[in-house]
Amino acid sequence: MGLKTPLYDLHVAQGAKIVDFGGWDMPLHYGSQLEEHHAVRRDAGMFDVSHMAVLDLTGGRCREFLRMLLANDVARLEEFGKALYTCMLKPDGCVIDDLIVYLVADTWYRLVVNAGTRDKDLVWIQARAAEFGVTVLERKDLAMIAVQGPNARLKVAAMLAPAQQAAALELKPFTAAAFGSWFVARTGYTGEDGFEIMMPAADAATAWQRLLERAVQPAGLGARDTLRLEAGLNLYGNDMDEQHHPLESGLAWTVAFEPEERDFIGRAALQRARELDCDRLVGLLLEERGVLRSHQRVLAAGVAREGMVTSGTFSPTLNRSIALARVPSTTGAAVQVEIRGKLHAARVVKPPFVRRGKAMIEI
Amino acid sequence: MSNIPDDLHYTKSHEWVRPIAGGGVEIGITEHAQSALGDLVFVEVPDVGRNLRAGDACAVVESVKAASDVYSPVTGTVIANNAALSAKPELLNQDPYGEGWLFRLQTSADLPPLMNAAAYASFLQDEAK
Repeated sequence: MGLKTPLYDLHVAQGAKIVDFGGWDMPLHYGSQLEEHHAVRRDAGMFDVSHMAVLDLTGGRCREFLRMLLANDVARLEEFGKALYTCMLKPDGCVIDDLIVYLVADTWYRLVVNAGTRDKDLVWIQARAAEFGVTVLERKDLAMIAVQGPNARLKVAAMLAPAQQAAALELKPFTAAAFGSWFVARTGYTGEDGFEIMMPAADAATAWQRLLERAVQPAGLGARDTLRLEAGLNLYGNDMDEQHHPLESGLAWTVAFEPEERDFIGRAALQRARELDCDRLVGLLLEERGVLRSHQRVLAAGVAREGMVTSGTFSPTLNRSIALARVPSTTGAAVQVEIRGKLHAARVVKPPFVRRGKAMIEI
Repeated sequence: MSNIPDDLHYTKSHEWVRPIAGGGVEIGITEHAQSALGDLVFVEVPDVGRNLRAGDACAVVESVKAASDVYSPVTGTVIANNAALSAKPELLNQDPYGEGWLFRLQTSADLPPLMNAAAYASFLQDEAK
């Protein structure tokens, strides 16, 4: 028996297949993972993401603390409600977790971290927060529902008080605002437009029901994985981990090397890594039939060392298999992937594979 | 409880076997197996002419979730395979005992001992415990 979110009983009532995910009993799908995937690409789907940990950090030196703790620079958050995607690194530059940080108020930041890394994240953050006088409060009182898809924002706005609807629809990408006790963010993990809503746990079941009434399709972790992979978004534990740094995980864009005087944890190691010819994370499109899976070997002509698939799946939108893979920097455009002992041709492409419902690569 | 037709034979690895006219057998995977796998996206069937021994891994069914081997329940030679699954693997989800069949074998020997529908049903119940 794992941990249960406030929506667990509803998932079971809706016929969800429940699986363990980072210690939580979560819905894998509600019948058809493919239908849930297509609903998000074409209309609107909703995910229970209440298993993710919400951490509120407060204190006069909170900004200073996070500029030290995180590889991206919270000084870039210039307005209340703005969000930033970042890695939290060890001194050796490898990734403890990836997270989103919101500037809520002057001395108040909100971090949303992965469920599977919650324990070690808390230990890591708390061990360093005290010195800065920063208080860490885990918001176990909140549930979180992600509503994603081309029609998601309209369907969410229709649930808000009439006076709040326009403001919610005006939220810019990667921005959040409070609407009563709800914290609504225009963020997501699918490559579609949409909202992620943090709300009091007591509101979650009613909100879920009201979204159901608006024909928002419940979607499980299975569809969440195929959607994020099509969108070229990394999964912690697969595509980055404590053995790899952001530069070899396709996340160089999340590391703020400027300004030079900001000394964040992992900076020195990353600056050294930047001078080296490190591996890179690329997209793969399988040219043949079959399905790419994590840990398959990637071979390239003229490249002695082999690469490895870090995440692979069948792409329901492209009707082909796609993957993220970590390969030596000298790898060219054509590779071979070993699937059950046989080599299959694959093409190196630049993620995302799909965004806003459209293929972003040539098939 | 999943659908388990009375006129078929079953294996512990969730294949079904249907005797066909002329001494051959038709082979597929059960309703329970397709349901556990989830939406199928790739099916690889054995080539016609291939000789299989009972227990050989001879086909692959792959869902959005995972790949799974299919084992030949009997010894024989492949006389037909279901080419439609290549373009429409979902047939296996929709109709596992009909349009979702995998391959047909010409058998030389008698069928090995397999489970009947009642035995397979109780095997599934034990497995769920």
